[in-house]
Amino acid sequence: MIPHLWNDLEGTFFPESALDYMPESRLREVQLQRLKAVTALTYEKVKLFRERMDAKGLKPADVTTLADVSKLPFMVKTDLRDTYPYGLFAVPMSDVVRLHASSGTTGKPIVVGYTAQDMEVWKQVIMRTLYAAGYSRGDIVQNMYGYGLFTGGLGLHGGLEGIGATVIPISGGNSERQIMVMKDFGVTAICGTPSYFIHLIETAQKMGIDFRRDLKVKRGVFGAEPWTDEMRKYIESASGVKAFDIYGLSEIIGPGVGAECECQDGLHIFEDHFLAEIVDTKTLEPVPDGTEGELVITTLSKQAMPVIRYRTRDITAFETSRCGCGRTCRRIRRISRRSDDMFIIRGVNVFPSQIETALLKTESSLPHYLIVLTRKGGLDQMEVRVEITGEMLTDNVGAMEQLQKRFGKSIEQITGLHAAITLAQPGTIPRSEGKAKRLLDQRNLTN
Amino acid sequence: MKIRQISVFLENQPGRLAALCRTLADAGVNLSTLMLSETGEFGLLRIITPDADKARAVVEKAGYAVTASEVLAIQVPDKPGGLAAVLTALDPHQISVEYMYAFACRTGRAIMIIRFNDLDRAADILQKAGLKVINTANLFGP
Ligand SMILES: [Zn+2]
Repeated sequence: MIPHLWNDLEGTFFPESALDYMPESRLREVQLQRLKAVTALTYEKVKLFRERMDAKGLKPADVTTLADVSKLPFMVKTDLRDTYPYGLFAVPMSDVVRLHASSGTTGKPIVVGYTAQDMEVWKQVIMRTLYAAGYSRGDIVQNMYGYGLFTGGLGLHGGLEGIGATVIPISGGNSERQIMVMKDFGVTAICGTPSYFIHLIETAQKMGIDFRRDLKVKRGVFGAEPWTDEMRKYIESASGVKAFDIYGLSEIIGPGVGAECECQDGLHIFEDHFLAEIVDTKTLEPVPDGTEGELVITTLSKQAMPVIRYRTRDITAFETSRCGCGRTCRRIRRISRRSDDMFIIRGVNVFPSQIETALLKTESSLPHYLIVLTRKGGLDQMEVRVEITGEMLTDNVGAMEQLQKRFGKSIEQITGLHAAITLAQPGTIPRSEGKAKRLLDQRNLTN
Repeated sequence: MKIRQISVFLENQPGRLAALCRTLADAGVNLSTLMLSETGEFGLLRIITPDADKARAVVEKAGYAVTASEVLAIQVPDKPGGLAAVLTALDPHQISVEYMYAFACRTGRAIMIIRFNDLDRAADILQKAGLKVINTANLFGP
């Protein structure tokens, strides 16, 4: 199909990855054909979508070019909640072979379903994710994503088996055992959240285990939460593990929507299955390539729960250059923030990732932290609670006060805002499963 | 000569100190002396115990941030100006006291725990001045 590529990739070519290198004109043809099909399917089977199309006076036949996608109505997270549990499914339950659900922060979770073909697609996009990060048969992979209703664990698992790697389905938690398994089982690659892996690097240090000297872990794919280049630098320098960013969300398929290649310069979207748009967060109109906006995704091949123009709330931009790896599917910039994580304090937009960057400028490893917003006498206050670790602690109260001041100064330099820093005892900031909770907004807006 | 001390980070909130003491008591750690040094928002609880390693392990396992350090235990002459004698002996040597606190002693000896910026030199100078620097065995001995 694309013979000229086979020579370049000799020895490292994996058939599943061929789609990553599809000639662009062909890729757009595939996308259009699938967009038409998924619009028709969703219109026919999903009431919510049909009603919204009808309200706009639109029919599936109005989609004649890829650009026409921008005429279609959006879907948002609350749509999944409002139609809980199966309201967005487009196939009978007898065709659904798998359900996953997200841990909703409030009220009901959201439920997603997969047909047997969806499962096959999911496996393949994860295989492409893993190949892009240099995984292959022969790797012994410790999968630290949570197994269960969360899509992370089982999603990665399917692709890992697909490439023929040896999978250790360890899930998260029990840090010392994680390190022991890494060492004793000769683990060569890992999957997990970046913040948990940073915690493991510190656990290993405490156990007297040096990643480079005592372990064989060479690469890791990390996702399920926004992370920063500072975190990557820290992971790679502290552990020698090459860290790849992966992207996905349960509403679309789970992990496997996009992935970094060896160039580590943006994430390739698997465009034959996912149509990505970037829109202005206020006008919701498409922005030019290279401009930041909210990522919107349409599933092109999903059967059980097709999703049209899903607003991810993730802020990114399309990379405009060609990637050095030769893949033709477009890249988005790594997502370091989400539009719904952003908060406004005293008229200033602040993202938790900025606070993260500030903390990492002061401490080499990211402490556990929580941003608490309150309102006193009509004025918004920002408090950042930072958990002290044994490594940060010195037997000198004055030095600890200095540390507290340095955190405050660093945050002020980056955000321009004063933050009250509270040094907290370890374990006193609540952890939510898998993802770290970073923001507690206690401002009562009626006051 | 030097005595091991462990320091635990505590937030200044009701119940935090009590919880830590309970953790140590439940593990059977025998506390000789405690000293809380605080800023109003947080504090460091300094602990002298014959079981320093065990205390550290217990506290760490319970999830606290802990660090170990060394201090000197000095027997202060039991007469007026006893402590002044200790400090005066160090005066010409540019050694400063970071903090000090009293050691609770069953035998009735007056012992001060002192953290100097240079422990080895301080011990040397004090001994030459005829003051008693107490080692671990002697400190916890009968
Ligand atoms: Zn690439």
